[in-house]
Amino acid sequence: MVAIPGAPDPGHCPSGTRSDESPVTTEVAVRLVDVVKKFGDVAAVDRINLEVRDGEFFSLLGPSGCGKTTTLRMIGGFEEPTSGLIELQGKDVTWLPPYRRNVNTVFQNYALFPHLTIFENVAFGLRRKGGLKDAELRSRVTEMLRLVELPGFEKRKPTQISGGQAQRVALARALINRPAVLLLDEPLGALDLKLRKQMQLELKRIQHEVGVTFIYVTHDQEEAMMMSDRIAVMNSGHYEQLADPETLYERPQTRFVAGFLGVSNLLAGIVLEKGTPYASVRLADEAVVRVPAAAVNGRADVEVGVRPEKIRLFGADAEPPSGLNVLSGTVRDASYLGVSTQYIIETKNGSRVSVYEQNVERTIHGSLHRPGEAVHLGWSPDHTFAVGPSVADASAGE
Amino acid sequence: MTTAALESAVRSPGTPVQRIRRWLGHNALFVYTFAAIVYLMLPIVVMILFSFNRPAGKSNFAWREFSLNAWLNPFAPLGLSDAVIASLRIAFVSTIVATILGTLIGLGLTRYVFRGRAATNLIIFLPMATPEIVLGASLLTLFVSIGMARNELTILIAHIMFNISYVVVTIRARLAGFDRRLEEAAMDLGATEMVTFWKVTFPLIFPGILAAAMLAFSLSIDDFVITNFTAGSTVTLPMYIYGATRIGVPVQVNVIGTIIFGTAVGAVVLSTLLQRRDRAA
Repeated sequence: MVAIPGAPDPGHCPSGTRSDESPVTTEVAVRLVDVVKKFGDVAAVDRINLEVRDGEFFSLLGPSGCGKTTTLRMIGGFEEPTSGLIELQGKDVTWLPPYRRNVNTVFQNYALFPHLTIFENVAFGLRRKGGLKDAELRSRVTEMLRLVELPGFEKRKPTQISGGQAQRVALARALINRPAVLLLDEPLGALDLKLRKQMQLELKRIQHEVGVTFIYVTHDQEEAMMMSDRIAVMNSGHYEQLADPETLYERPQTRFVAGFLGVSNLLAGIVLEKGTPYASVRLADEAVVRVPAAAVNGRADVEVGVRPEKIRLFGADAEPPSGLNVLSGTVRDASYLGVSTQYIIETKNGSRVSVYEQNVERTIHGSLHRPGEAVHLGWSPDHTFAVGPSVADASAGE
Repeated sequence: MTTAALESAVRSPGTPVQRIRRWLGHNALFVYTFAAIVYLMLPIVVMILFSFNRPAGKSNFAWREFSLNAWLNPFAPLGLSDAVIASLRIAFVSTIVATILGTLIGLGLTRYVFRGRAATNLIIFLPMATPEIVLGASLLTLFVSIGMARNELTILIAHIMFNISYVVVTIRARLAGFDRRLEEAAMDLGATEMVTFWKVTFPLIFPGILAAAMLAFSLSIDDFVITNFTAGSTVTLPMYIYGATRIGVPVQVNVIGTIIFGTAVGAVVLSTLLQRRDRAA
């Protein structure tokens, strides 16, 4: 993985909300060292190094086929890595079968046992452990069903409950053995949008309540942003960037991350001067912009990025405040979207830039920019980031 | 035209032929289904009916008068009880052995990729595709050439052989829709491979195993061709009946047939009821 010195330290980010007695938040729950998984000649997972902290909500985010599910399955013990090491709470579990690891899984489509009642589904893990009196088993199951807000569902069969309820049962079943780490494989994928939103909050609440480390696999960037303490954005077998949601959005380090999380405008440029705190970069249309030096990270060729909502538009005759990065261009398209207006601006050399402008003032004065109008684009250097090519394309070392 | 005449014309207009045609058009499916059921059930009805006959001579082909005689003395004809017992014993043993072996083979063939898997698939299928008469003749050749005496054991070997094929095919159909993640979930929750098999895999494929066993049992109990080649001096029920046709089939054969039919229907009804209760519970 590429370590970017000077990148914002993700160490200060969440996990402070946990109600764990232990004040230590830097314990490592899961550690992957140089993990490789090949199917035939194809490397589904290609040398991943990763530390998941105790108690955090960690997400593996990426498009299908990026290796996120394979990574999760190796942690769960369903796949053996081709090479590498997997540690669980400091203990090497690389070659242990699933039933000898203190992790539990919420499967995609839940995988509830269709021949057992909800009670027996939830009790399954406890019964395997054994040594519990019937009354205690009963109360533990009831308690779990209360946690997932399904009291009174004990006698039903999995075919008699809805998708959202099955989701909760799967969660209760996986949590009853009090695992050190809970693995969730796109658990909300089969639910409709409204239920999914509701379950996202619910999952956060439950994680907060039980204080278990969650490793969550999803391809939905919004879902990952909303729930995670930290996210590893994966692409073709490895992760391109690992950080908290804010850092990923504000300071994406690769083209892939910038495009996968939200919308980015990327403009190719050449670094003129590597100053501090800002480096100067000359863009293709000859404009010179300032970029935080840390984002440039010593590269000579970069793509300068800025999010559409960070850009302000000024009329051709107006003078943008000094200190902003400024480009000139022509409005090619303006779409009024209610909350905001989305503009497509063409710069002097023909690149297109998206701009989202909140409909706060301009609509009142009745002066939206019209297609064909010449405008200036201005944004703060602090809102500027720079990306290199994807890690996959670069021969970047450790 | 009077109002009444108009009404009747509206209710059933057209000539009588047209009306019958229209009625058939609406009820064709019912008529067809009914005819099919009659076609299938008529021989069985005749068999049951004639189990209550008191025939004049040795042949039970003409209805004479109602009698419970055969039902009260089902094993009166010489050798019939031995034949029934031999058939049941062969059917039970071959069903159990073939079901266990076939289930394991089915699991192995669906789950694992190994050298010779395609060949195994083909070989398993062969006994189903080969005419029985060829199988029987070649089995006889085999037993004779290795100097093995033909008796109940050789029948068993033959029945287990062809039953395995049917069991494997049935089990594989059941396993095709099996969600492997259920087994992963069980292991994830602390179940070893063995516990996972007995607590999750087995209960879920049990209906398939049961269906396979029922199929094997019925194939075994009525097999004549292969049995005849491999039986030696052993007489099974189909062989007894075949032999009896030459001197006149006793009424008791209808009684045994009716009992077997009744048992089969009972088993199917029971399993349907169990499944329905399972779904409703």
